[in-house]
Amino acid sequence: MNKEMTSINSDLKKREVVEKSAEHILRFLSIVSIIAVIVITGYMLMAGTPALLKYGIFDILFGTVWQPTSSNPSFGILYVILTSIVGVTIAVIIAVPIGLLTAIHLSEIATRRSSKWMKTAIELLAGIPSIVYGLLGVQIINPIIYQLELLIFKNSATHQFTGGSNLLAAILVLVIMILPTLISVSENALRAVPNNYRTSSLALGASKMQTIFKVILPSAKSGIISAIVLGIGRAMGEAMAIVLVAGNTIHIPLPFSSVRFLTTAIVSEMGYAQGAHREVLFTIGLVLFLFIMLINVMLSAVLKRGEE
Amino acid sequence: MENKIEARDLHLYYGEKHALKGINLDIYKNKVTALIGPSGCGKSTFLKSINRMNDYIDNVKITGQIYIDEEEVYSERVDTTILRKKVGMVFQQPNPFPMSIYDNVAYGPRVHGVKDKKQLDTIVKKSLDSCVLYEEVKDRLTSSALGLSGGQQQRLCIARALAVSPDIILLDEPTSALDPISTLKIEELLLQLKEEYTIVIVTHNMQQASRIADYTAFFLSGEMIEYGQTKDIFSLPKDKRTEDYITGRFG
Amino acid sequence: MNQSITNKKKRKKDTVALVLIYLSSGFSIGLLLLILGYVAFKAVPYFSFKYLYSTTSIIDHTVGILPNIINTLYLVIVTLLIACPIGIGGAIYLHEYAKNQKLVRIVTFANEVLAGIPSIIYGLFGMLFFGVYLGWGFSILTGACTLSLMVLPIITRNTQTSLETVPKSYREAALGLGTNKWYMIRTVLLPSAIPGVLTGVILSIGRIISESAALLFTAGSGVLLPKGLFSHLFNSGATLTIQLYLEMSKANYENAFVIAFVLVIVVLLLNLFAKFIASKWDVSKVENNGK
Repeated sequence: MNKEMTSINSDLKKREVVEKSAEHILRFLSIVSIIAVIVITGYMLMAGTPALLKYGIFDILFGTVWQPTSSNPSFGILYVILTSIVGVTIAVIIAVPIGLLTAIHLSEIATRRSSKWMKTAIELLAGIPSIVYGLLGVQIINPIIYQLELLIFKNSATHQFTGGSNLLAAILVLVIMILPTLISVSENALRAVPNNYRTSSLALGASKMQTIFKVILPSAKSGIISAIVLGIGRAMGEAMAIVLVAGNTIHIPLPFSSVRFLTTAIVSEMGYAQGAHREVLFTIGLVLFLFIMLINVMLSAVLKRGEE
Repeated sequence: MENKIEARDLHLYYGEKHALKGINLDIYKNKVTALIGPSGCGKSTFLKSINRMNDYIDNVKITGQIYIDEEEVYSERVDTTILRKKVGMVFQQPNPFPMSIYDNVAYGPRVHGVKDKKQLDTIVKKSLDSCVLYEEVKDRLTSSALGLSGGQQQRLCIARALAVSPDIILLDEPTSALDPISTLKIEELLLQLKEEYTIVIVTHNMQQASRIADYTAFFLSGEMIEYGQTKDIFSLPKDKRTEDYITGRFG
Repeated sequence: MNQSITNKKKRKKDTVALVLIYLSSGFSIGLLLLILGYVAFKAVPYFSFKYLYSTTSIIDHTVGILPNIINTLYLVIVTLLIACPIGIGGAIYLHEYAKNQKLVRIVTFANEVLAGIPSIIYGLFGMLFFGVYLGWGFSILTGACTLSLMVLPIITRNTQTSLETVPKSYREAALGLGTNKWYMIRTVLLPSAIPGVLTGVILSIGRIISESAALLFTAGSGVLLPKGLFSHLFNSGATLTIQLYLEMSKANYENAFVIAFVLVIVVLLLNLFAKFIASKWDVSKVENNGK
């Protein structure tokens, strides 16, 4: 009798140990993401600030001359920052109406069958690697923009021809890239609007369009704002799709100028940059990082206000 | 007594299901008419046929006619947005829009083209007054309608329906989700409203029908079994099935 | 009060709105067709299955993307090997054990932050931390560790969603029979949560395969075939996407389109597979950007 009781006890102890260690291990695993965020932020700060201190925050962030490898190097990235801001803003302004209207079609107008197919199409678009968009940009969009450029600047003596690789082409590629995200997140937001809002509106004599624009869209406001901010974040962070499409020299962001974005500036020179040049590239990375964090913080703030 | 709404041999099919079987009914102007019957008997379906809200269900087929003021409701020439301006509807669950109280009531008039702020102010006040709600909310017209109690929300929905100046108000079990006090308030409201409007109310609650309705129609399995003055239906029903329902033998 | 209900009129504004809606969605869907069609159109003339199992060699006069396919496979497998235990384990802890709700909120927030960081930043971080600080240089291992941070939120969130759908009664039944928590999780919860986890895995695979900016400075651009199964981890390896970028930079558009074609087909198949799983087990997807 005694022997049996002892064996049960020791089994329990072993299981206790397993249980406890499982819990500890799992707890550790759960905080990996917190550790990762801290470490990434730390490294970005560590890598990006030396150049700011060495060459002056003002000179770098607001300087307009980028000559990193000359004997008297200059690291002005103002135009790069402006390009990212201008390019992303215009891309979003173009993409949001198209994306929102498509989402409305999917959620409010299409039949169940066709909406399933359309959703699949949008998901496919979302899954295509960005570099493939870059390829199509180079092969399709650049030539078209070049034709446009030739047409518009036919008689210009001063225009530096970009061969179609310019801000305008990059913006078009960005629009195409953020459309799937905009569409699917907006569509979820629209579908989440309770159906009885639709019925009440129709029962009051509103037409379907009136119902969509006066009741459903406003009700889905916070979801749609999420979609837009996600789109902004995606456009801001895009590198490979636009690096071969945007032209790759630094100029003021005008539609037919060859430009560099924060992202493409890093990609194009990191491969061979040395010393101070390299440090400034990390600074550009830091600027980008802070921009994105800022946008995400704004999103959380807006959403929180919406919930109140 | 004028006929406001007339149904002639109305049949409705949800796919295979024969939900309304040859309904013939005259609903009188400026009276409260109650539609009673057990669950699934077709009373709500009939109600929704009057303002063509059934149009939005897949696989619905309708034969027969419904006339409002002698105009045929299912005619091709009918503009459903005007139809629903003339025929207002209040649903079982109070469902104000996620907007301010003011915007909820002003929604209907705005949709039908009223833009002038002063006009809208007048309409909102008048509609809320008619529902005995104005005094309770006049200081918070711009606050969200979702902050009101259930009973207040339902009165808001009635005000919202009144704001477009309908002739007819259809109510689909409007008090079944409310507490007894709110229920009584709304019943009083309906008694007042019948002076100006024709009211048709679907109700599960026979006591409610006997309290407020002038006329009552008893539905069963998609047919309209008996129709007449409420006092006659409840005291001297002509059909045995009506008598069984009223005395609680089923449903 | 007597208004006529006939007299149907078309609202002009409504018609304009409807036209704009159809134009927009037509554009969006048309884009997909254009992309698929163009890539196929450009790639098919040069495509042969030989590409998939040959390497590019100037000496032998061959062109092929076998090394890239192998590198991509390596990257997918190693990244998942790292990210899945962390993501699934973390999700289990958050859902089943965590008593401190504040911790849950912070971790959720951290995951959202990770999900929002652009790939180029991951690339820079990966290069600095795994490449330089840990000394792994340009290697598949560097790339895999970097990518595992990228896909961690996807795995975690999908596992969490999946655990939420497991009925409470399963847990109570198991615990009532006298099992311990971890045992119950292993034998009852996890099997029920597999569809959701699998969805997360498939989404992650899609993400890994599509990634380029994060790999450029971490996994590098090597195109050697592996000499050893394990040693290859320390070689630099260009994936399909990186190779596509390299071909584009050298203006070898024929090769570029073939690689693009392969990538698009893979994405298509993955997508269909994900849908199949979702329909079979009635799972809800939680993508990086689904909020």
